[in-house]
Amino acid sequence: MSMTDISAPAEKLGMRAWLLSEIPTSRRHARLSTLYARWLILRGNSMSMFGLGVLVLLVLSAAFAPWVAPHSPVEQILSNRLLPPGSEGYLLGTDTLGRDILSRIIYGARETLMIVTLIAMIAPVAGLFVGTLAGYVGGVVDIVLMRITDIFLAFPRLVLALAFASALGPGLENAVLAITLTAWAPYARMARAETLTIRNSDYIAAVKLQGAGPFRILTKHIWPLCISSLIVRVTLDMAGIILTAAGLGFLGLGAQPPSPEWGAMTSYGRDVFLSNWWVAIMPGLAIFTVSLAFNLLGDGLRDVLDPKGGGQ
Amino acid sequence: MNAAKTNTGRQLLEVDNLWVKFPTRNGIFDAVRGVSFTLGQERLGIVGESGSGKSMTGRAILRLIRKPGMVSADKLSLEGQDLMDISEKEMRDVRGQKISMVMQDPKFSLNPVMTVGAQIVEAYRLHADVSKTDARKKAIEMLEAVSIRDPERVFRSYPHELSGGMGQRVMIAMMMIPDPQILIADEPTSALDVSVQTSVLRIMDRLVKERGMGLIFISHDLNLVSSFCDRVLIMYGGRVVEVCDADKLHEAKHPYTQGLLNSLPRLDRPQTHLQVLERDDAWRETESVSGAK
Amino acid sequence: MSGIIIENLNVWFGKGRDRVDAVKNASLSVELGQSFGLVGESGSGKSTILKALTGLAPEWSGRMSVQGVELGKKRDKEFFRTVQMVFQDPYASLHPRHSVDQVLTETLMLHGKDDVNGRIIRLLDDVGLGPSFRFRYPHQLSGGQRQRVAIARALASEPRVLLLDEPTSALDVSVQAEILNLLTDLRAEHKLTYLMVSHDLAVVGHMCDESAVMQHGEIVEMLKTDDLRRGHAEHPYTKHLLESSAGYVAEDA
Repeated sequence: MSMTDISAPAEKLGMRAWLLSEIPTSRRHARLSTLYARWLILRGNSMSMFGLGVLVLLVLSAAFAPWVAPHSPVEQILSNRLLPPGSEGYLLGTDTLGRDILSRIIYGARETLMIVTLIAMIAPVAGLFVGTLAGYVGGVVDIVLMRITDIFLAFPRLVLALAFASALGPGLENAVLAITLTAWAPYARMARAETLTIRNSDYIAAVKLQGAGPFRILTKHIWPLCISSLIVRVTLDMAGIILTAAGLGFLGLGAQPPSPEWGAMTSYGRDVFLSNWWVAIMPGLAIFTVSLAFNLLGDGLRDVLDPKGGGQ
Repeated sequence: MNAAKTNTGRQLLEVDNLWVKFPTRNGIFDAVRGVSFTLGQERLGIVGESGSGKSMTGRAILRLIRKPGMVSADKLSLEGQDLMDISEKEMRDVRGQKISMVMQDPKFSLNPVMTVGAQIVEAYRLHADVSKTDARKKAIEMLEAVSIRDPERVFRSYPHELSGGMGQRVMIAMMMIPDPQILIADEPTSALDVSVQTSVLRIMDRLVKERGMGLIFISHDLNLVSSFCDRVLIMYGGRVVEVCDADKLHEAKHPYTQGLLNSLPRLDRPQTHLQVLERDDAWRETESVSGAK
Repeated sequence: MSGIIIENLNVWFGKGRDRVDAVKNASLSVELGQSFGLVGESGSGKSTILKALTGLAPEWSGRMSVQGVELGKKRDKEFFRTVQMVFQDPYASLHPRHSVDQVLTETLMLHGKDDVNGRIIRLLDDVGLGPSFRFRYPHQLSGGQRQRVAIARALASEPRVLLLDEPTSALDVSVQAEILNLLTDLRAEHKLTYLMVSHDLAVVGHMCDESAVMQHGEIVEMLKTDDLRRGHAEHPYTKHLLESSAGYVAEDA
């Protein structure tokens, strides 16, 4: 046995004990301890870990697609069209143009990831800004911001996407824009509701009594509390967002051919659904799996981040 | 102060070696550890600070502790009837009808979307096969019995329209209407103003005496319990550390009880600093003192 | 020298028909270095007076001054350096996501104090918490420990006046004794002025030199603690409070 083998287990024990310590010794220590405690709670939830695993796989597929995918996602080999799953070299079969479905799904992870990331970065952040500002300041600002929110809440996503498509032309970026414009509003609602509760707390009164201004109170005191429920809500919403993007792709409004976006792929499989089911079902399963993964992860995150039980 | 009643009438409740455990991530947490006592037709106080297990004891008797909590006892019987082995359905017959419970805050123990009258009638008809009219009449009678001056109006009110003291009286009416043998009161006056406390306690006192009931009064307020009850159990860390007659509380022997008594500020005893309770881990380890008579 | 002077204070919430007068025509004065109690039951207006002093009550009329400085609608930094408050519920007065260190650092920075690190260590020491508590989060602290942190936060600005809103009513009896002793020691050590609100006559009698009894928004009586202890109360409500605090008395007693 080499020296590293003997010392590694002892070091691991030390690290774990340090992280689980009841008495943090520095700011960094305290933050890492909290994160580790939360990680342990999440790890105990096998369903959430499954979800997390699937999402890690998604990210890896997207990152390493050129090396992982057995074939090109766009190369058409018409002599190999509509091969069933399990055929030689084509694990999930081929589509109507002879393209390998597995490779397309792997490359398609990039589109899915792009949708998820863009929307997750913009919508909840915009909602947080608007909601907390409205909730904290109140009065006219609240009324105006909330009516704007109501307007955006009233828009059906697909209709808006259609409008964008006709105005700007179809494409995945425009579809994402359309979805983001409708997705931020519920987060604003949620953030505002939480802010209304929080702003009457003693700890907010206490920091006001130290002379803190509204900007500090909003950013350092209110936002950290709203972010937990936002994160949970976003992960749970992701499933719906992916499905909406897929739906737009299905309608031909999102990703354009030959893009291997999963929704678009499902659409192409429509025509041959009864005879060659795999062309539609395989990408459909991918959508289903990732949506489910987000849901499971979101559930687990709720247990972790819920102030009532989290981190204890 | 009430004179100690050595004659407690017939024995109503017998609790022997009660344990309540909760599994947690860090092992099993024992909330109640080996508590034993008997209850006759008397007022028994259970005093302790937060975490002493006093509320858990009350809930365990009524089997209100849900999984993953685990309740075990060598004996838990009501007038000879074993409460540990009976089915959930039989336990439902016991709850409310034989043993009732009044909790701390009527804001949280009364249903906010039903009128007070509807709730009392519902509680009554759960255990008695009577018509709605008869139940209504009984409910009004009960509201009068708890000194509510305008029972008809209160009958039609919603809980949020009532003051704390009134809400608590409604709670008592609801719990007493099926004529139980034992009332468990868990901090019934802690959420009330001090001047309202007395009137609510008087009502409980009168009803318990009139009906020959047994009362278990759970509280953190040692002074209140000692002036209201006949006997007192003092709990710490899930165990009973001392049992004594209420009027002999100031002769208490256990250092925890003495510590609790001495750490209270008193109008009649000026001091610059209050005596601070020195906790001794040994108190957790010693066996529970039995409160059986 | 005058510490707090309140004259003909009225505080109300709401307008017109929905108006609720929480404090009616209250007047009191607290000398610097004195400990003054406000006693009453819920709805008596005692906590509202503290809110009005700290600028947390929007509608009020009358006069209020601290150390000779008249108070207007808003409070400035100078005020917060002089007057601080300890809240009732230790489970609600600390931000759940901020560690003790973060709370104290922020407070010290807002008051422009230097040597943040040294001051934090001294503050924690002053309130009886060792350095091991410095980086803990509120959920890792007991009720009594949280209240100590709240007291440390209040002391960070080196105030002259501390407003105490039922600081021990949410705590166990044994913990209450520790916190009251701490408050007594701190007052002597830092020469503080206390205005303490409580529903508990025994606590007020222990901590304060003089107190005002409030009922339904009005001050009905002012007594020195000696009189309180001897039961020399004149107003029937005060007498009633004194009786009730003695414990339960049976009807036929």
